[in-house]
Amino acid sequence: MKVWALHLVLIAVLFAAQFLLSPYHTTNLARIMVLAVFAMGYNLAFGYTGLLSLGHALLLGAGMYAAGLSAQLWGFSAGPALIVGTVAGGVMAAAVGLLALRTAGVSFMIVTLMFAQAGYLTILYFAPTTGGDEGFTLAAASRTFAGFDLSTDTPRFFAALALFALGLLVSLALVRSPFGRTMVAMRENEERSRMLGYNPFAVKLAALTISGLYAGAAGAAYALLFGYVGASFTTIQYSILPMLYVLLGGAGTTIGPLLGAALMFALIEAASGLTTAYLFLVGLALVVLVLFAPKGILGTIRERWLKWLP
Amino acid sequence: MASLIETHDLTLHFGGLKAVDGVDFSLMAGEIHALIGPNGAGKTTFVSLLSGRRMAQSGTIHLGTEDITHLPAHIRVRKGIAYTFQITSIFPRLTVFDNVALAVQAQGAKDLHGRTQAALARVGLVGLEEQEAQTLAYGHQRLLELAMGLALNPRVLILDEPTQGLAASEIEGFKRLVESLVPETTVLLIEHNMEVVMDLATRITVLNFGQVLATGTPEEIRANPLVQEAYLGA
Amino acid sequence: MAFGPFLLLALMEGLVTAAVLALAASGLSLVFGVMRVVNVAHGAFYMLGAVLAWVVAAHVPGHAALAFMAALIVAPLVVGALAAATDGLILKRLNYDPEATIVATIGLLYMIEQATLSLYGPNANPVQAPFEWRIQLPWFGYSGYKLFVVFAACVVLLALWAFITRTKAGLIMRATQVDRTTASAFGINVDRVYMGTFALGAGLAALAGVLIVPIQQAHYLMGGDTLLLSFIVVIIGGLGSLRGTLIAALVIGLSDGVISMFFAPTLAKILATLLVAMVLVFRPQGLFGAKA
Repeated sequence: MKVWALHLVLIAVLFAAQFLLSPYHTTNLARIMVLAVFAMGYNLAFGYTGLLSLGHALLLGAGMYAAGLSAQLWGFSAGPALIVGTVAGGVMAAAVGLLALRTAGVSFMIVTLMFAQAGYLTILYFAPTTGGDEGFTLAAASRTFAGFDLSTDTPRFFAALALFALGLLVSLALVRSPFGRTMVAMRENEERSRMLGYNPFAVKLAALTISGLYAGAAGAAYALLFGYVGASFTTIQYSILPMLYVLLGGAGTTIGPLLGAALMFALIEAASGLTTAYLFLVGLALVVLVLFAPKGILGTIRERWLKWLP
Repeated sequence: MASLIETHDLTLHFGGLKAVDGVDFSLMAGEIHALIGPNGAGKTTFVSLLSGRRMAQSGTIHLGTEDITHLPAHIRVRKGIAYTFQITSIFPRLTVFDNVALAVQAQGAKDLHGRTQAALARVGLVGLEEQEAQTLAYGHQRLLELAMGLALNPRVLILDEPTQGLAASEIEGFKRLVESLVPETTVLLIEHNMEVVMDLATRITVLNFGQVLATGTPEEIRANPLVQEAYLGA
Repeated sequence: MAFGPFLLLALMEGLVTAAVLALAASGLSLVFGVMRVVNVAHGAFYMLGAVLAWVVAAHVPGHAALAFMAALIVAPLVVGALAAATDGLILKRLNYDPEATIVATIGLLYMIEQATLSLYGPNANPVQAPFEWRIQLPWFGYSGYKLFVVFAACVVLLALWAFITRTKAGLIMRATQVDRTTASAFGINVDRVYMGTFALGAGLAALAGVLIVPIQQAHYLMGGDTLLLSFIVVIIGGLGSLRGTLIAALVIGLSDGVISMFFAPTLAKILATLLVAMVLVFRPQGLFGAKA
């Protein structure tokens, strides 16, 4: 009960934020929530199931390009485009997983990295369709949902909040379900799980696919809400960022991804005012976290004080 | 009695080492069968072949009438062959409840709580549900491992050196527990403690250099000159 | 130009790529082999080598060859020292945990690149080659410096091979590679071996960076492609196998030269990355490595 209440309060606070923040910050918060959806998906794979992927940009990109291109080429509106993008993320994750999950640990990291790189290069290769490096902007017509214009501040914010809230509650329900326990079992002791009758490959494939659905939804939402689709979202950087958000907020905590995304976003925002080399912070944060706080903020809080935190 | 598990000419060689070398073996339904033999005789490798943790190079394994030789481990577990690890293998950072619940829910999620509690009660770990497994005393960790095996509701429970590292008092409790399992569950036991073997086992198989040296009741094994030679002579 | 000479040119270009790649990849392979560390910052060390060559060239007066010689010595030493510090301050504290070190070296990659961006700037800068011979073939002229790069890489790799197989330090490295615990039981200071190996690996990358910079300008993002190609080479050659790495560098370098001469380079890269993924999935010991 306490747990559900906490999550509902968080959603309510985000809802209220729309009325308190300036339009500039509202847009940023919408962006953070979409990135947090991506990070929540990453967290289900990495934080709960123990799959350290370096290729999630591919899944984000799958969602983004599936939604963007279906809107661009076939005139899909926002609703169907979001669904197409979400499914694309899941399908891509399943396809990658079928191969990559035959490996583990360092090999898994490199295989996912290579697949993501191949995906990025593929987008560049088909530049006439995808716009290559430059990408393309979405027509206003495809950015409407149930009569609301998603390119304006308020509908955009609420669309992002709705997606985030759905993602958060689904992820909470998932990690508290028997399947959530099975995912953690893979992370903690795969061989034991196998000898309890679980098929580790199938469990990990399912977890990765769910993670892909999140990434796909986030990519599609990003395209539809901010109106731009570009190859830069499929570069290695967008595989590292969700890992960073999750490590910072706390791997294996439901709220960690949002917290990590928000903090990192604020930090980069502040630093980019001072220097062009603001990505230095990303590197520094990674090194500091892995050295001194591998459990992240909420992971540490849970360990020390709030054992019930999911 | 019908045989529940039967192997024929089961073989696994590692390079030149004949870890399991043409073993014919049958496990009768409802018995407590002990597997003994000197170190390196191939006991653990043999039960790894039964449980599917390793795949045989040749020979067959039947569970009842079904050929399970090529089935992967997790399918065999679902068909009723449970294995408890020689070196305690639990989920160290999960609670005692979650550890056992993982075994229970592998059989279906119905009445998860009740069935988990029942398995914990059976080994006497009630009251420790919320404790993190890695903080348990060693003896309790062994019991948790056993509870996970029991929670699978297996037809065959394979115990790999279950009394290793237990105190004498704990061994007594363990023996009573194993005796209470049969005949619903058939037990295959690898054990070095001869007292435990002679007290519990209805039949004993002796392995040596990957081959079956003898099979029989405890009395027959005790009287067997070949066994005496393998254990005492060499 | 006829097809034959065209192919010859492609092969010569490929040979230069292969030589530089062999140097960079052998450093990556050495570090992985001995320490089981996948160093994602390896490309950044290569880039630092190139940038430092430019810095040295800007400060050493006189003939270009003199500055170049100085860069050949200074850049690997500086980069090696940086790597040694990284090892002591970061990797060692992570107990060389494979996944944690990957995350940390990703962080290091960002820090090095961004620090270079701040201090060196976003521009690509050329460094003058130490000499300007051109070799006149019947069909085309070819840079003598490029052939020198191939020659220099061969010399360095031979020296590396001799170091590993013929010296006591190399023996200690190989012993540590086989079994860290036993090595330390025999009184080998594993910490020092690791630090030395990491520095040596980084130094090789930096050396490759110095050699390439008269051909390709120094830029703060130039490490990315080299990192990717080095990964490809090391994985296809069999993780940690130096011989496999060299063969793979030759194959990849030559085919890169030929393929990018005749096909779209992007397509070639797509195929190469997919090949690496497939090799890791289906043949983790590499295409040229012995079966484990």
